[in-house]
Amino acid sequence: MLKTIHNNQKVQLVFALLFGIIFGFLLQKGGVTRYDVIMGQLLLEDFTVIKVILSAVVVGMLGVYYMKGLGLVSLHTKPGSLGSSIPGGLLFGIGFALLGYCPGTIAGAVGQGSLDALLGGIPGIIIGCGIYAYLYPTLQRTVLHRGSFGDVTFPQLIPINHWFVVLAACGLILGVLFLLSIAGL
Amino acid sequence: MFKNATRFARWRLSAVLIALMTLFLCDTSWAQSAIPAGESTTQIEQGASMASNREPDSGPLSSERWSPYVCGIGIGILCWLTFLLSNRPLGISTAYAKTAGMLEKKWRGKQVEQMEYYKKFPPKIGWEWMLVIGVIIGAFISALMSGSFEFVFLPEIWRVHIGDTYLLRWLTALAGGILMGIGARWAGGCTSGHGISGTLQLAVSSWIVVISMFIGGIVTAFMIM
Repeated sequence: MLKTIHNNQKVQLVFALLFGIIFGFLLQKGGVTRYDVIMGQLLLEDFTVIKVILSAVVVGMLGVYYMKGLGLVSLHTKPGSLGSSIPGGLLFGIGFALLGYCPGTIAGAVGQGSLDALLGGIPGIIIGCGIYAYLYPTLQRTVLHRGSFGDVTFPQLIPINHWFVVLAACGLILGVLFLLSIAGL
Repeated sequence: MFKNATRFARWRLSAVLIALMTLFLCDTSWAQSAIPAGESTTQIEQGASMASNREPDSGPLSSERWSPYVCGIGIGILCWLTFLLSNRPLGISTAYAKTAGMLEKKWRGKQVEQMEYYKKFPPKIGWEWMLVIGVIIGAFISALMSGSFEFVFLPEIWRVHIGDTYLLRWLTALAGGILMGIGARWAGGCTSGHGISGTLQLAVSSWIVVISMFIGGIVTAFMIM
């Protein structure tokens, strides 16, 4: 039954819209669609962004791995390499600090009236993606696959029952969140 | 084998969920009704209630801010749904890449579809695209309900640290966006695709990307402010 839903294009587009509305609503309520909150995080003064992300990761991880165990979902991890993950991430980070929004929160920022997001950021991201399409063939042949480690997950690397890894990861993340809250951050 | 894992996981799952709820209950800021629009969040004390100039009992949906933990939990649950119902991880930057392709097609025609990158990511409306439209709508609804919708060009922290010129803000946002677009596609995802979906799957690539993102972001932020 799930497979039919997954393959129905029209239904999927409607789901995507609904998921997006929920996502946008939560992001805006959380405050992470605000430039001040994101910059506050990068300046290590306001840890709202990290709290949202890490809470989502713990809850998401437990549910997805649980459903995976029941055979209800498959993982969809992205492949990575030293030549793609690190330069890409660093470049993204630089842009992140200049713009003050990420591709998801900037859409939310547009929804709440942020004009720098609408008029500067979104055109910028689109242009950047367009530029990348021209860089891709060269990067593909040179650095993109250097030091490739594929789409491997940590549980796959550690030869014990993956639930130990999952619960250890959740425990660590909850520990970080707890430390942040007692530190008053 | 997985039957044992499920049984073993069930009570551990409950323990962790109880831990989460404890965290959430300790953070009373989800009951906060209003943070004056534009005021920097660094000035707000965690857990303190601020006087609202709106009705304080108009309900949580019209409150201006929710606890970050509650929002995170909500996003985590949303991820369960995207995996279960769409067989996809939450991801955003693909929408921008496809939009770039679609716009270029309007300008240069069908030959754009032959570009190596657009063979991989066909430039047409898809799942991520609808997701982004949804995010705009969802944020709009949220802002409208709390009365915090406001056209703002210069964010407060920018104004305080850098200045009042619209042109500089626009150019910086544009440049930042361009770098972010290149970086996101280079890394294969953004803070949603890698930062949330990838990390929750414990993908090695995603954790490396996210750490790189924050290193780049934090260093740059300290340099410009």
